[in-house]
Amino acid sequence: MALPLAAAPTRAMALDFSDVSLSFALKDRLLPVLDGIDLSIAPGSFVALLGPSGCGKSTLLRLAAGLERPTRGEVLEDGQPIQGPDPRRILVFQDPTLFPWRSVWKNVAFGLEARGLLPAEKGRVDAALALVQLGGFADAHPHQLSGGMAQRVALARALVNDPELLLLDEPFGRLDSLTRLTMQTELLALWRKVGFTALMVTHDVEEALLLADRVIVLSDRPARIEAEVAVDKRHPRRRDDPELIAQRRFILEKLGFGAEV
Amino acid sequence: MAEIAGSGLAEAGSVAVAGRHGVWRDGWIASLAWLAAAAITIGLPDVIPWGSRDLFGGLLLSGAALLALLTAATWRRGGPGERLRHAGPWFIALGVWLALWELSTAKLGWLPKPFFSPPQGLLHVYVTDWQRLGICVLYTLRLWSIGFAAGVAVGFVIGVGLGWSKRFAYWGMPILKLIGPVPASAWIPCTFFFFPTTFHASLFLVALASGIPVIILTAAGVEQVSRAFYDVARTLGATERFLVLKVAIPAALPNVFVGLFMGLYASFAVLVVAEMLGAKYGLGWYLQFQTAYSAYVNVYAALIIMALLCAGLVKLLFLVRDHVLDWQKGII
Repeated sequence: MALPLAAAPTRAMALDFSDVSLSFALKDRLLPVLDGIDLSIAPGSFVALLGPSGCGKSTLLRLAAGLERPTRGEVLEDGQPIQGPDPRRILVFQDPTLFPWRSVWKNVAFGLEARGLLPAEKGRVDAALALVQLGGFADAHPHQLSGGMAQRVALARALVNDPELLLLDEPFGRLDSLTRLTMQTELLALWRKVGFTALMVTHDVEEALLLADRVIVLSDRPARIEAEVAVDKRHPRRRDDPELIAQRRFILEKLGFGAEV
Repeated sequence: MAEIAGSGLAEAGSVAVAGRHGVWRDGWIASLAWLAAAAITIGLPDVIPWGSRDLFGGLLLSGAALLALLTAATWRRGGPGERLRHAGPWFIALGVWLALWELSTAKLGWLPKPFFSPPQGLLHVYVTDWQRLGICVLYTLRLWSIGFAAGVAVGFVIGVGLGWSKRFAYWGMPILKLIGPVPASAWIPCTFFFFPTTFHASLFLVALASGIPVIILTAAGVEQVSRAFYDVARTLGATERFLVLKVAIPAALPNVFVGLFMGLYASFAVLVVAEMLGAKYGLGWYLQFQTAYSAYVNVYAALIIMALLCAGLVKLLFLVRDHVLDWQKGII
């Protein structure tokens, strides 16, 4: 299927964390958040990060987005060190963080406008809205949207820029469970259609196994890589697939929930 | 404000349901009240002549006739519209108030004379002194509009700077904290020798009074913008300039408007004081000038104009705000 957004198909980005550590300076001491993370993500793959609450998963995404700098080590995009934010790598937050003063259309157009591309490429905004099935809501304001719709607008706002790397920070964490199922399917379809590299933080083991090629399990803070699970099942995957259930059990054990499940 | 309007509408709605038969009873009563006021004005003798008595009586009669006409005209259509019905009690109250006012001043002379005037006294001022009053209104509007616009524009820019730039805030905030609380009128003695003309001094005072709240609220507004908005905008490729213009400022606008309203009220206060000190024209000057001649009727007449002017400007700012911040509609 032809890509609706860009003339050229999206290039996917290779992302490498090479011995990355990061500490935050508190008032009186250093708080180590990440400890020697080594992770190579191939272009076009879908990687999920799992870990205890507050272990530093989101910080990994912020590093990849260029919003933070590592204290030690390097974060590389296609082999080059990441210098700062760039619309080729876009972060989608748990909270949709739509600009409330902008209409849905103008929210989606934000990135193109910021880079001066909007006058020439208005059609891409419409295409992105159509892609998330919100074509009819272009003139609505964010407060008029449901949680699921708002998160879809946030996705469209990211995808309109043809990101080569999409960073997702618990993107469906605030949605009700039915909406979450729909959104998971939609995200998967978008990923397969557009072809970006995806790195997603989630709390939901099942979500990680349903969507990702690789699931990385992080330890408590300071986060180290605790385990990695490769999922080579074809999509669509079934929740009750015995292999996935076995992998789910393995991951929960790694997270310290072995006995209860 | 919106809430007040909302509850008003709700009440009007219940009135409309009660009076379903279509007769606008309030309209008849109001018409009668105005007729009574007209009869008192024309029929009873004045204690002393005030001028424009017959004109005022005629206006009251016209009002009574108009109300009767409205009532009759809306009878067929199943009663008057929502707005007219809502205003009904006010029409009655106005008629009664004018009648009582007429009685207690012109007709019975209960209220002490140079200080209180019957309504026709005020009308007489407008009839005879409208040119001077008109010029005063224009002078006041000129002083206010230039001063307010300058104060708001400069205040907004400074406020954005203080809220955005750490270095600017480092130097600016202590100065603002020191100067901000000083009432603008306290600068009057200095300004009159700082500036070449009293007009310039007055302009500065109005600008200062309106600018300070705008600075404070704009700076606070820009500072309070959620970091998440900036993170999103930066990952989407926004430059620093774009962040200020398209994220910081729109996000801070609700705050800025609070500052604008505070500045508006402060500017009125300083405006009148400034005009009382050595201005050649203007409503403040008019008040001062007429008080010196014990022409209290003229003072009331000017006060009414001032009330309408200030209320009009406040209303105007509300309209601008509702237009600019229409994205807030429906946010709880």
